[in-house]
Amino acid sequence: MTTSHTLAAEDLTLGYGDRVVVESLDLVVPPGRITVIVGANACGKSTLLRSLSRLLVPRRGRVVLDGREVHRMPAKELARTLGLLPQSPIAPEGITVLDLVCRGRHPHQGVFSRWNAKDDEAVAAALEATRTTDLADRPVDELSGGQRQRVWIAMALAQQTDLLLLDEPTTFLDASHQIEVLDLLTDLNRTRGTTIVMVLHDLNLAARYADHLIAVAGGRLHAAGAPAEVLTEENVRAVFGLDNRVIEDPVSGRPLVLPIGRHHVILERQGERGGCAT
Amino acid sequence: MLTLAVLVVAMFAVSLMAGHRFYPPSDVLAVILGERVPGATFTVGRLRLPRACLAVLAGLAFGLGGVTFQTMLRNPLASPDIIGISSGASAAAAIGIVSFGLDGPEVSALAIVAALGVALLVYGLAFKDGVVGTRLILIGIGISAILDSVISYVLSQADEWDLQEAMRWLTGSLNGTTWTEVVPTLIALLVLGPLLLSRGRELSALRLGDDTAAALGVRVDRARLVAIVAAVGLIAFATAAAGPIAFVAFLSGPIAARLLGTGGSLLLPAGLVGALLVLVADFAGQFAFDTRYPVGVVTGVLGAPYLVYLIVRTHRAGGSL
Repeated sequence: MTTSHTLAAEDLTLGYGDRVVVESLDLVVPPGRITVIVGANACGKSTLLRSLSRLLVPRRGRVVLDGREVHRMPAKELARTLGLLPQSPIAPEGITVLDLVCRGRHPHQGVFSRWNAKDDEAVAAALEATRTTDLADRPVDELSGGQRQRVWIAMALAQQTDLLLLDEPTTFLDASHQIEVLDLLTDLNRTRGTTIVMVLHDLNLAARYADHLIAVAGGRLHAAGAPAEVLTEENVRAVFGLDNRVIEDPVSGRPLVLPIGRHHVILERQGERGGCAT
Repeated sequence: MLTLAVLVVAMFAVSLMAGHRFYPPSDVLAVILGERVPGATFTVGRLRLPRACLAVLAGLAFGLGGVTFQTMLRNPLASPDIIGISSGASAAAAIGIVSFGLDGPEVSALAIVAALGVALLVYGLAFKDGVVGTRLILIGIGISAILDSVISYVLSQADEWDLQEAMRWLTGSLNGTTWTEVVPTLIALLVLGPLLLSRGRELSALRLGDDTAAALGVRVDRARLVAIVAAVGLIAFATAAAGPIAFVAFLSGPIAARLLGTGGSLLLPAGLVGALLVLVADFAGQFAFDTRYPVGVVTGVLGAPYLVYLIVRTHRAGGSL
């Protein structure tokens, strides 16, 4: 139902103050798919996501949406095509779910235009898709972590963008709520064709839910492609500095990364087995 | 919100009619329409009308300015009267009156310039990779303390006549209000009020955090700059006319939020609450006690406990400010 948009980064260099966080990075987000960015802590993956959504002006290079540089596009116009859910959004004290989700309509409203039926529809649809309709009148600060995250996603949905960027949407959630959120995002992608780009911490969830996986190490693109191509034992070792074994996940058929630490290992070590110099 | 507006109008009417002598609505209306009514023309037309007008205008300006800061910095403590902007205006006015013998419009102009100057200074000192609310508040409180001691010093040098005049700049007072004070405040409100109100949605979006606001298509830095300039302007003009009426800017936003919930834009409700606060406090200050107290003393008595309550509560909640 949506037209596909192309989002790409070209020779992107990003940093804060004197510190360069991402260097000369090129990437293409496949339209209509779910792209997951993974990488070690402080490798620049959140910074990358911020820049893709215009929050951070690049030092060098550019982010291009449908052939136009995002940092030169009018803010509201961009916000009608591309939505972002930051890692820790702030809910004003006492705000109700409905009020919060309504804020998502901001880019569709002019200074003097009134709230209209289209806005109502968008908000109702967003609440329904995230199964938060029953929570509409509750204050956001009274909700559980999982409910709250669904509400924030509802706000981003009310924005009705064809592209949705999310920075670690599953942090602070327990296992079942993590799956719930990721299933919800997959539904969106499958039913509406929304292009989704998200940063995830958990490699195995990333492998499970990504159509396209991007591994970032030290501010550079290390590997990109289907999870099975990207999540190899060598790549995981290079990106995370973690000894590991990758097997096929019996549930999904996707790769499953098994970390190998110093304790509780009954297998022979990779290094001993393969004679790989470290 | 309609109720609030009605209350403001009602209180405005009451403060025109009631006083040491009561005038019926017909007399008050006649005076407003320019007819001569013996006694009322002077008392209502010259004394009460400008005073009540300034009460409404200053209240609106303080309420709007205060809630803008509180919204933008996402902290109820971030009101201009806490972070030194009002103190800046007061200190400049006190110096102008006592040290240089200025009066009237010169003092007002000086106060406005000083308020803007202090706002810039606090913003500048707090700036480091963007502005963080807490840092700005703490710096503002520090600056405010410095300015208050400047005021105390200046006043200790003052002779008695100047002292009277300068005291107005410490607590805020509507005593002896004339149209000269009302007009600049009115103009400021007519220019800056609509500017702020037209940015209401952007300000509401800013409460979700800078990143979320930007993701919703708000140009965060520009929106913040416009809001700060407009809010400081309002506060400065109102302070120049009526003195820093204590805590009105600080109280109006939270009261409006309590009354209306935090869903919609709080700008206009906070302005109305401000107007109502000043009207009621001024009326109470004049007639509720044996001595006449300036309006700022009354609002101060209301505001100070709330300030303490806020600090205690954030502390209990484990928050740092």
